[in-house]
Amino acid sequence: MSGFALLLRRDLRIALRRRGDVLNVLVFFVIVASLFPLGVGPEPNQLRAMAPGVVWIGALLAAVVSLPRLFAADFADGTLEQMLASAQPLPVVVLAKIAAHWLLTGLPLAIVAPLIGLQYDLPADALAALMASLLLGTPVLSLLGAAGAALVLGTRGAGALIALLVLPLYVPVLIFGAGAVNAHLIGINPSAYFSLLGALLAVSSLIGPWAACAALRVALD
Amino acid sequence: MLETKALACERGGRRLFSDLGFALGAGELLRVRGANGSGKTSLLRILAGLTRPETGTIAWRGKARDWDFGREMLFLGHAPALKDELSVLENFAFSCQLSFLKEEKNALERLGVGRLADLPARFLSQGQRRRVALARLGVASSMPLWLLDEPFAALDEEAIVAVRGLIEGHLAGGGLVVLTSHQEFPLAARAERALALG
Amino acid sequence: MLFKFASPQTFFPLAGKMIPWFGALAAVLALAGLYVAFLVAPTDATQGEAYRIIFIHVPAAWMSMFLYLVMAGWAGTGLALNTRLSGMMASAIAPTGAMFTFLALWTGSLWGKPTWGTWWVWDARLTSELILLFLYLGFIALKASIEDPVRADRAGAILALVGAVNVPIIYFSVQWWNTLHQGASVSLTRSPSMAMTMLAGMLLMALAAWTYSIAVILARLRTIIRERERDMEWLREAMA
Repeated sequence: MSGFALLLRRDLRIALRRRGDVLNVLVFFVIVASLFPLGVGPEPNQLRAMAPGVVWIGALLAAVVSLPRLFAADFADGTLEQMLASAQPLPVVVLAKIAAHWLLTGLPLAIVAPLIGLQYDLPADALAALMASLLLGTPVLSLLGAAGAALVLGTRGAGALIALLVLPLYVPVLIFGAGAVNAHLIGINPSAYFSLLGALLAVSSLIGPWAACAALRVALD
Repeated sequence: MLETKALACERGGRRLFSDLGFALGAGELLRVRGANGSGKTSLLRILAGLTRPETGTIAWRGKARDWDFGREMLFLGHAPALKDELSVLENFAFSCQLSFLKEEKNALERLGVGRLADLPARFLSQGQRRRVALARLGVASSMPLWLLDEPFAALDEEAIVAVRGLIEGHLAGGGLVVLTSHQEFPLAARAERALALG
Repeated sequence: MLFKFASPQTFFPLAGKMIPWFGALAAVLALAGLYVAFLVAPTDATQGEAYRIIFIHVPAAWMSMFLYLVMAGWAGTGLALNTRLSGMMASAIAPTGAMFTFLALWTGSLWGKPTWGTWWVWDARLTSELILLFLYLGFIALKASIEDPVRADRAGAILALVGAVNVPIIYFSVQWWNTLHQGASVSLTRSPSMAMTMLAGMLLMALAAWTYSIAVILARLRTIIRERERDMEWLREAMA
């Protein structure tokens, strides 16, 4: 079995036995999205216009909330050290963990998002765009988030610090992701947004793992 | 086979050791002694490639270590490195496969934890966890270099005998062992060197 | 020759000598720039006198961007070459960079009030500056949260490099966002057409900001060196 498959299977198996963690993130996402109408009022046209941004911000916050778990447990019990000392290339280790994170966070968010979109009365084509933009954009959140999670290993106040480090980097994904859905609402062609999301995915799949590997080596020095 | 020159280590602003050099060949054992905090663990982690030394070089088989070094080196640190959510057997299988080793169930039995194979690791005591971690020694004879940090800590009589047997077997087969230990156990080796830190 | 000054020990006295020169130069350039800004440049047809704050706002924004890239450059050098001084330099730059970012935001706000009637405008430059401020604060916070200074330098360097790569992407995406959502441009970026005098004034202020930065950063660097190398013999002798 390849190293990537070995690590991915391990992470998924562990998550399956700690289902609570995964569900908590999903519930958090739904709660955040439900808070906005309570904050700004139930007027349907206003909510419909806000919906792409609200769902995307919810996804961003849910990703940030799930990031501390990415490396912290393995760091604490010594398994991360074993991975670094083994002959497995570190980029493979990092990519496997990122893939597991996305399968457990980003993918469920993308699947649940259309339900939230219905709460905001988004039309069908916008709902499809919402799911598509999240499917394309949430891997970026995992890739860049992994770098943030690795940088704060072993420091005090890791949770809030990760948010500060990672949210500014999430701004482009937010703009293009929400923009793609918004394009459907205002009747313009969204293809440019999806291309840009694709470009972001390409760039972050280079920077994210590089930074995470470098940061893990620093943390375990 | 393992050679270091002028190794220096600095942690937390303190120089732990400097100008450390030694050579270790097949079948030889290196014991690292020293008080707590004297740098024994740091030295082992430098040899394993986890920590960067301040200065100095390390050569394996005459050349600088490359990415393939991990295939020939087994590192056992302080932490047993077990996931609470996985069973003993799952943990053991994972750590073996991570190092490209074939897991064998009787390796667990060798250290007296075979009967715990299907138990989730969270139910194990400290000593039992250590024994699961050490079980890897039973399948790692193909990895020449063993770096063991306090292998005898938290073990009972029976387990100590088993671990000593594994280490001696490895040395007899031409392997190299570097270990740190507070306790003195005689170990049969072709040659034994000692290093005192601090 | 460059490597001779790469150690804190040799750079410390050199930095000390440079500070007063750059400080004096900064004062002269600032006076010249302000003279142009308030006395030479003509009054704007549409915005009146309030637009003069552009002479602080734009150079501050330029410096904030420039300093981030310089900071990332030093940090990256320290990561690649394992030099102590590079990491200290990055730490010294960060607060000044953050200060200029804040200054750009504050002057932007002061400009917005008489021009648009609001204390904040979500235009592309101001929004980008805001995110840049977050990047600076993140860098400072990360370094502050790691005890070991060498480890802090290395972690900070990784973050700064990731930030540096992302800054153009962020700026681009914010520009896109702004032009799309605001048809009629509510923008401070649409400054009045550049008369030669105005450009001269802004350049003078930019140079003043740059020389000021060098002086302040070197002073801060000396403090950092003092703190980090306090156990070293050479420092005790230098201070005696």
